[in-house]
Order: sequence, then structure tokens, then C-alpha cells
Amino acid sequence: MSTGLALELQALAARHPAARAGAAPALQPTTLRVGAGEVLAVIGPSGAGKTTLLQALACALPPSAGRLTLDGTDPWSLPRRELQALRGRLFLAPQVPPLPPRQRVVTSVLAGRLPAMGLLGSLRSLFYPSDIPAAHAALERFDLAEKLFERVDRLSGGERQRVGLARALLAPARLWLVDEPLSALDPARSRQAIETLVGVARERGVTLVATLHQVDMALAHFPRILALHQGAVAFDLPAAAVTRERLQRLYEGQEHELRGDAPLPAVEAAAPPAPVVMHCR
Amino acid sequence: MSATLAPRLSPPERDPAWLGRVFWMGAAAVVLWPMLVATEFRPWVFFERDNARVTGQFLASFWPPAHDAEFLLMVAREAWRTVAIATAGMTLAFVVAVPLTLMSTRVLSVSALSGRMAAGPAVLRQAVRLLLIVLRSVPELVWALVFVRVVGLGPTAGVLAIALTYGGMLGKVYGEILESGEAHATQTLLRNGGSRLQAFFYGLLPQNAAELTSYTVYRWECAIRSSVVLGFVGAGGLGQQLDNSMKMFNGGEVFTMLAVFVLLVALADRVSAGLRKALG
Amino acid sequence: MSLPPAANPPYRLPPRLFDARCRACWFTAGLLALIVASFWSLDLQWAQFFSLDAARSMGRFLGEFFPPDTSPEFLVKVLRGTWETLAMSALGTVLAAAAGLVLALPASRLHEGDAARGRGTTRLLLNALRSVPELVWAALLLIAAGLGPFAGTLALAIHTAGVLGRLFAEAIENAPPGPGDALRAQGVGPVRVFLYATLPQVLPQLMSYTLYRWENNIRAAAVLGVVGAGGLGQLLSFHMGLFHMGKTATILGAMIVLVLLVDVCSFTARRVLTR
Repeated sequence: MSTGLALELQALAARHPAARAGAAPALQPTTLRVGAGEVLAVIGPSGAGKTTLLQALACALPPSAGRLTLDGTDPWSLPRRELQALRGRLFLAPQVPPLPPRQRVVTSVLAGRLPAMGLLGSLRSLFYPSDIPAAHAALERFDLAEKLFERVDRLSGGERQRVGLARALLAPARLWLVDEPLSALDPARSRQAIETLVGVARERGVTLVATLHQVDMALAHFPRILALHQGAVAFDLPAAAVTRERLQRLYEGQEHELRGDAPLPAVEAAAPPAPVVMHCR
Repeated sequence: MSATLAPRLSPPERDPAWLGRVFWMGAAAVVLWPMLVATEFRPWVFFERDNARVTGQFLASFWPPAHDAEFLLMVAREAWRTVAIATAGMTLAFVVAVPLTLMSTRVLSVSALSGRMAAGPAVLRQAVRLLLIVLRSVPELVWALVFVRVVGLGPTAGVLAIALTYGGMLGKVYGEILESGEAHATQTLLRNGGSRLQAFFYGLLPQNAAELTSYTVYRWECAIRSSVVLGFVGAGGLGQQLDNSMKMFNGGEVFTMLAVFVLLVALADRVSAGLRKALG
Repeated sequence: MSLPPAANPPYRLPPRLFDARCRACWFTAGLLALIVASFWSLDLQWAQFFSLDAARSMGRFLGEFFPPDTSPEFLVKVLRGTWETLAMSALGTVLAAAAGLVLALPASRLHEGDAARGRGTTRLLLNALRSVPELVWAALLLIAAGLGPFAGTLALAIHTAGVLGRLFAEAIENAPPGPGDALRAQGVGPVRVFLYATLPQVLPQLMSYTLYRWENNIRAAAVLGVVGAGGLGQLLSFHMGLFHMGKTATILGAMIVLVLLVDVCSFTARRVLTR
């Protein structure tokens, strides 16, 4: 079985896509090394730059300074075709599940496999799902098997989040970048989800980088913790070495986040305004 | 629950939505065939030798477009005529629509202030609504055909046809605009003894004037398009000249007139958008 | 000797009716000028229309409409014309939706970083297609395709493709970018991103616009026949030319019923599909 992607960041800084030029980068120059198949949790208060880090790792955000290498290659120096092929080997799960509301769960989950499907296979899968057993098995791991043929907008927020995670299980990816996978889940489901994610990642040798707000979950399931504070690395330690004082200092001024739930993602914009209908009746 | 537990349920065999999809696709195919037959859908007719020759000649005559001064002057005159027919028609449509709207809107009902509307006024309002629907449903071309018989060829038939059809359209939308606004101010005026016209001018109109004007101006652009269409049945303007040129297979003239028309519509669109922004 | 300041603010006059600086005033003045110029430049035959003679002849004319001709063999002809008109409008709308979707792709910016090079040109094309009324398209196509409903169907399709193309492009541009971004992050190509992420989100809107245009197209199809494009319109102009007013009344009645029928079907279908 091929191993996961190894990551290396050399003084990489990244700016938020909507930021003004000249504003401080959301991610300060960071140096980081993640081995193939390693499992890593990123913690920190909101605004610390966790999502920016994930997007930079996913080659979705070009670095404003420094260098990123995936398995030794700098993705931004590759020609477009090879960059697309490289992207097919990673999987980014955003905090808000990227599922079209009226699509069925089976199609949404199978969409994770698109990088491995040819064009004809993808088209055929739109009419008849190409691999129902695989989708079923992936959802089964997150206790959602009975929702296989439901429409996404008929699911609750937590169920949708789990469908987004189930997509990762079908993706032909060697690197999983998961943003806040537990924000809409209750404690029991959170434990199941994180166990599944880390378990399958370990099974397949996939490199997993997950941002988490639930520090206790992070400490319990991840061997290595990276803490960010205002865009810079606060500490990068094995979970056992993370002490109470370090956490207090990290979340200084935002203790409620340390104690309470993760802040919910920003509410999605309201339905777009209907364009002026161009008719004369 | 460990991640390596075997699946508890066996996966379903088939996609349950598949049969439904096959059914609808089949139904669409079954309906499509008779429609293709009914519309005499024969795309190869374009490539039949005689047709292709005539079409080719016609298309070739499009370039160069007619650009001699006399012709351009005529086109400008007819374009103005088209705009004039549209404007006059819209003005009359407005005159027709306003009283009908006032008669059909529920917001100005005095009997409805204290519960249900009385039977008589309700019937009257429904009747006026029906009249508006009839006015809207008959295409303006049909009105124009009828009026051409009565008043003869010329712009009068076109103006009247636009006035009636657009009067119905304006009446319906004005009614919707008036009823979608807040009725509180108007009803207070009615309750305190104001007449219906007073309630309209002091309550409904100020509230909805921007939206009403905006819609009217927007419809004016549609009226310009309609008046070109009416020209094909003898109402004068750019449409009639276009019809003449097409019958003579004079592609150059057709091209110039079409270009002028597209520009005219774009200009009217711009003016209408500007007016709406200024007034709204 | 200077007077002490007034105890209350100076009396303010209401604003002038026409203020040279107010743009809306200029627009309104322009509008009034346009209206007056329109009425003045057209030689409208008011006298002819409102004279007693005209009223009498109008009355006589309207009287000829009744009774409408309901003989069975004519009703069969009307039914055939109705079916032809319905088929024209439906097929034209379907073709327009397909063409509109194809044109909407280059006419929209599919995502933030999309270069969308053909956007301006395609939008110009769509505008040109929709500016020319269906009747003018029909008249042009009759030269190439001959008399009959084929020219009418194509005319409807071409004009409506312009309208739907623009509406579809705006719907696609306004679709939430989340699902598409996630697939693009995985390196999926633009065609599959569109099919798996964008289209599922905008499909209800697209179908709603298409059904709404069908309501407009049935009215247009009914009258396209006046220039020879078949259907009820051709029957209408034929019988009106021969002054068969009874038959004309029947045809007009059929037109109104057909329009109402399509309106109801379209409304119900839209409700069902966007549930």
C-alpha cells in the first residue's frame, strides 16, 4: 500500500484571499514537517489561521512567501496538468459540508472518487451511481447507512457533516485535510467520527491533518498537536507533553473557546437575489 | 464503535430512483415524437438545393448593409415612428389601467374594513379582474388585426392594440404592487372617513409610486418591441419596412434595419434603467 | 442697526416643482416631452375612431363575431391548429433551454478565478438573439425553411435561447461556490465540477425559468402563424382575410383556452418540481 504524502513547509506565509494588500498575513512564516502517514491535530483560538494553513496545504491558496513541498515537489512549480494530478491525491474537507442541497447522499459521497473516475464513468454515475456498496460501506462507518438515497437538504447539520467526512473514505487521496470535522456533532457522534477518521487514516497509511476546536478530543485521539496563535506556531508537541498551562496561555483572552463548543461557521449567505426576469408578459 | 467493524446492514441492490428516471425519460420520448411530427421538424430542408440557393443568395445580400443617405434617413424616421407608437400606446395603456386598478384593488374596499367584503363590491372587483385577464390574454397582434379592419392601416391600429394589451398587463401588475404594500396607512384614512380617491392619493400612491413607475418604464421597452411586431400587420414603423424589405429579399436593408432595431432596444433598455435608478 | 436673530427658524418654502439640479426632474420633463412629441408626430385617426360612423361600423363588426362557428369539421381543423401551436411552443422552448444552457456556460464566470474570456462576446450574442422579436425571426426563417410550423419553432427557439441563456448564466454565476470549490481542490476538471456541483444547485431555477418562458411562448406561437408559420395564427389570418368572422371568433376562443391551459400546466409543474 502506498504511503501518505509527506509535507514540508519552509517559512511559508499565506494571506487570506480577500485580504487587503499590505495587511498582515493570516499565516505567518511557518516551518513545519509532517511525515508520510502521520496524524496531526491543529488547535488554536478562532482567527489563529488554522483554516488558512489547511488551504495552503491543499494548494488552494498560493503562498505569499516561503515554500511548500508535497513529497518533495513544490506544487506551485508544476505545470497545470501535473498540479491537477497532484490535487487528485489530496482531499480537503471544508468546515461547511460542500454538498449541493438537492443532490442525493449517494451521489455526493461518490463524488469524492471523481479524481479516479474517467469522464465517461463520471457521466454514467450521474444517471446510475457507479458503486453503491462502497458508498454504503463508507456511510456505515459514520452510522449513516440508512440515509444512502436521501436528499442532502433533508438531513440535519450533523448528518451532513458526517456525509462530508464519508466522502474522504472514498477519495483516492494520500493526504486528508479536515477542517473542524466535529463542529455540528454531539459528543457521542464526535467520538465515533474522530475514531473512524483516525482509524481509517492509520489503516491506509494516509497523512491526516485536522483542525479541531475540541481540545480534549484532539488530545485523546491525536499523537501530535500543533497549536497556532495569531497566525504563528505556538507549540508543536506530542499530545502527552501538552500541559494545562500551555493551553491556558494559548487560549488567553478566549477561554470560553477552551471550555465551550466550537463557534459555528458563518451562516451561509441567503439565497441569491432573483435576476430581473426578461420577458414581456 | 471501532472503525474496523464489519458492516451490519447489507448494501441495497439497486438505486430506487432508477425506475422513476427511466419512466420519465420514456414519457418524454413518447411525447417528443408526435411533437416533431406536428411541427414538421425537418432540419434537412435547409440543405435542399433550391432552398439552399435562395437562402445563400439572401444571406449574401446582407453584406454590405444598405447605407445610402436616403435609406438611413427613412430608417431613422421609421424608428422614431416605432418609438412614438410605443410611447403613445403606453400612455393610453396607463390611462386605461389606472381606473381599472382602482376598481379592482381590495385595499380600497370600504366594506372590507369591518370584516368580509360585501357581495356586490366583491363581484365588481372580480369582474374587473376578469376584464384585465381578457385584455392581457389576447395577443396584441390579434387586436391589431381587428383594428386594422376598422380604422385602416396606419399607426392608430398599433397604438390601440398596445393600449389595450398593455393596459391589461399594467392593470394586473399595478394591482399586485398595491396589494403587496402595507395597507395600514390607507385603511386608516378610509376608517377616518376619507374617500377612496383621497386614500389612494395620500396613502397608496406615495407608498408605491417608485415601484409603479419603475415597472411602467420597464414595460415601455417591451412596447417598443411590440410595435415592431405590429408593423408586420400594417401598423407602420420599422416593422412594416422590415416586412417590405424581406418580401423583396433585400438583405442589405434588412440587416441595417435589424441593426438599428437592436441598438434601439439597447438604448431604450439603458434609458429605462437610468430612469428607474433616478426615480427609485 | 442689526436685528436680533429670529426666535424661531426661518420659514422654509416647499421645494420648487422643477429644480434644475434634480436629475429626476429632467427625466420627467424628458418623458413628458417624449409623450407629447409621440402623439403630435403620429397622425392618429381619432376622429375616425370616435365618430358615430366608426362606432356603428365597429358595432356591426363586433356583431359579426357572433355566433362563433362550431361546426364539427371546422372544430377538427381548429383542434389540429391548436395541437400544432402547442407543439411549436413546447418544442421551441425545449430546444431553447438546451441551446441556452450551452450558451450560458461561456457567458458566465464559473468561479472566482475563472478567466471567462468569451463572456462579453457571448453576452452580446445572447442580447442580440433576445432583442429581435420572435415574429421577425420567423419572417426571416420562412425564407430559408418555407411556410409552416418549422420556421415558427426555430424562431421561438432562437429568441428564447437568448432570454434563457442570459437567465441561466446569471443563475450559474450566483450559485453558492462551496461544492464547486471542494471538487476543484481535488483537481476535478471544469466539466465534471459543473455537472456534480453547479448544475444540481441551479437545476430547479433553470427549470422554473424554462416553464415560465413556455407561458410566454404559447402566446407567441399562437400569433406567429400570421406571417405563415402555421398553427392557430395561420388559420386566424386566413379566415380574417376572408372576413369569416364567425370562424375567427372560434379561433380566438381556442387561443384563449390554450393560453390558460398552458399557464395552469406551467404553474403546477413549477410548484411540483421545486418542492
